[in-house]
Amino acid sequence: MRTNSVAQIDNRQAHRRRKTRKLVKNLASYGFLSLVTLIFFAPIAYLLIGSFKPKNEVLSGLGGFIPEHLTLENYSNVFKAFDGEATGYFYKFYVNSIIVTVAIVFGGLVVNSMLAYALARLRWTGRNVILGFVVLLVILPFEAIAVPLYDLLNDYRNTLFAQYIPFVASAFSVFLFYTFFIGLSSEIQEAARIDGAGPWRVYFQILVPMSRPVFASVTILSFLAAWNSFLFPLMMVDSADVRPLPLAMTVFFQQQQKDWGTIFAFGVLLILPVMIVYLSFQRFFIQSVASSAVKG
Amino acid sequence: MASTAKAPMGKSRKKRFGYDQWAGILMSLPASLMLLLFVIIPFVTAFVLSFYNVHLSSGHSNFMGFEQYRRILFDPETSPAFWQALGNNFQFALIVVPLQTGLAIALALLLNQKLKGIAFFRTFFFMPVVFPMSLVAVIWSLFYSRDLRGMFNSLLHSISGGAINPIDWLGTPGLALASIALMSIWAGVGFQMVIVLAGLQEIPMELYEAASLDKAGKWQQFRAVTLPSLRNTLVFVVIITTIFSLRLFDQIFILTSGGPLGTTSTVMYQSVTAALTDDNVGKGSAMTVVFVIIIIAITVVQRLVLRQEKEIK
Repeated sequence: MRTNSVAQIDNRQAHRRRKTRKLVKNLASYGFLSLVTLIFFAPIAYLLIGSFKPKNEVLSGLGGFIPEHLTLENYSNVFKAFDGEATGYFYKFYVNSIIVTVAIVFGGLVVNSMLAYALARLRWTGRNVILGFVVLLVILPFEAIAVPLYDLLNDYRNTLFAQYIPFVASAFSVFLFYTFFIGLSSEIQEAARIDGAGPWRVYFQILVPMSRPVFASVTILSFLAAWNSFLFPLMMVDSADVRPLPLAMTVFFQQQQKDWGTIFAFGVLLILPVMIVYLSFQRFFIQSVASSAVKG
Repeated sequence: MASTAKAPMGKSRKKRFGYDQWAGILMSLPASLMLLLFVIIPFVTAFVLSFYNVHLSSGHSNFMGFEQYRRILFDPETSPAFWQALGNNFQFALIVVPLQTGLAIALALLLNQKLKGIAFFRTFFFMPVVFPMSLVAVIWSLFYSRDLRGMFNSLLHSISGGAINPIDWLGTPGLALASIALMSIWAGVGFQMVIVLAGLQEIPMELYEAASLDKAGKWQQFRAVTLPSLRNTLVFVVIITTIFSLRLFDQIFILTSGGPLGTTSTVMYQSVTAALTDDNVGKGSAMTVVFVIIIIAITVVQRLVLRQEKEIK
């Protein structure tokens, strides 16, 4: 009887001790995670805070992290700094980036998914040859063709066309669609075919609705690449009129007299759409990136 | 009767195959045509152009055989710049690949804990990945500013009580490339982290349970279970980070223009400036060809390493 109660107390104490140890361990984990988060977020905080500071207080060492004398002046300066033919117009940079991104993302979804469907589910001569080329092209980074493409598209310099057309078809997107499509059960598609549905109807009415995850992944990945694109616009564009946002910001940044406040406000406006999409769909973003790596 | 029943079936099968033929060609045509025009033809053009001396501004071009390759690879006057750039790429890879992979594993392990609100932290760790490199470079140029107004100099100054003098992070040979590397790791590690995290979550729990029954400590479990299970993931991460290192361009163009003394110049920087600044597309293309050959070699090595793994299994 007595020994029993001692054992019970012992047991309860051990339980409590284990619980405390777990709590301490969790607290340590949270503390460490928060510290790492701070380090990761520091440059972004610097950008955000700096964009609201008076322009001569942005570049001020650790002081750059202190939010004081906050003002919206930098944001109005972004629009004032770009208000002529020579400098370009800020809204125009935005429009340029949107047009190029929309063309690459939506054009890409249509043509790449159709090619992938033809490769994964249809029988036609030439299919294996094209599949072979797609697999080979997946490893080729854009940098490998930038210079010859610059030569070939010489007549389209300073156009939006030259900024999106090379990126609409993407072997990588085709590959992502292809691996998803061959992973889908083909039963429903076969049944529809036997009932007399042609390949176009199967594609639009069965395959596309079944494949939302891969369409979402490709949308996210191509959106990021298109919106952030720098190398090819740099090569193809001299005129301020067709500059996309990242190039326009860089040109502004490389001027002799640096107005840090305006540069940072420009940066915030450039990343804003990406951040809104990222924070709303962060699970999909991370899944897309992870799924893009599962290959080979 | 039997023959009439058979005939339409055979016909419809034939018709269906014919329909697939046309649908297949039509559906594949837009993307195939664009890949041909904007990837395959440029790729072939790179080889062709590398045998010519091309000046876009004057429209002038003449055949010169392997002269471009001789100039970038062997000429004592003009080849050192290219070799230095290639060396910088590999030096960059040597810094970034181990650090970034190690950090990616550490961060992925941190995020693989069963804690409430872990997604919140993951959101922040991954956030730099969605930033364009141009913006990352602009922000970090303030961190690397060479006087006390630079964030890093200010930080070192205050923690050392004024003992450390301001450092010219991007203007000192031997330091500039490392500074670019640190920035690139911050911007890119979230990408590798997510890949490793996906790999970690595929490791069966039974392996860890078996290991702890064998009284393996946390570190032993990591060495005996986690690392071997992640082998393929890590090979992929190492290869892709190496290829990223070879593609290095944006941050160099924006922050250092290859300087000081060519210590941050890269193959892509040389290639693009040859085409843009020197109006020498042939030279730029020859460098592109060398670049492609290296990328292909690395990919072949990756395939071999992964195949070896399958055979062992």
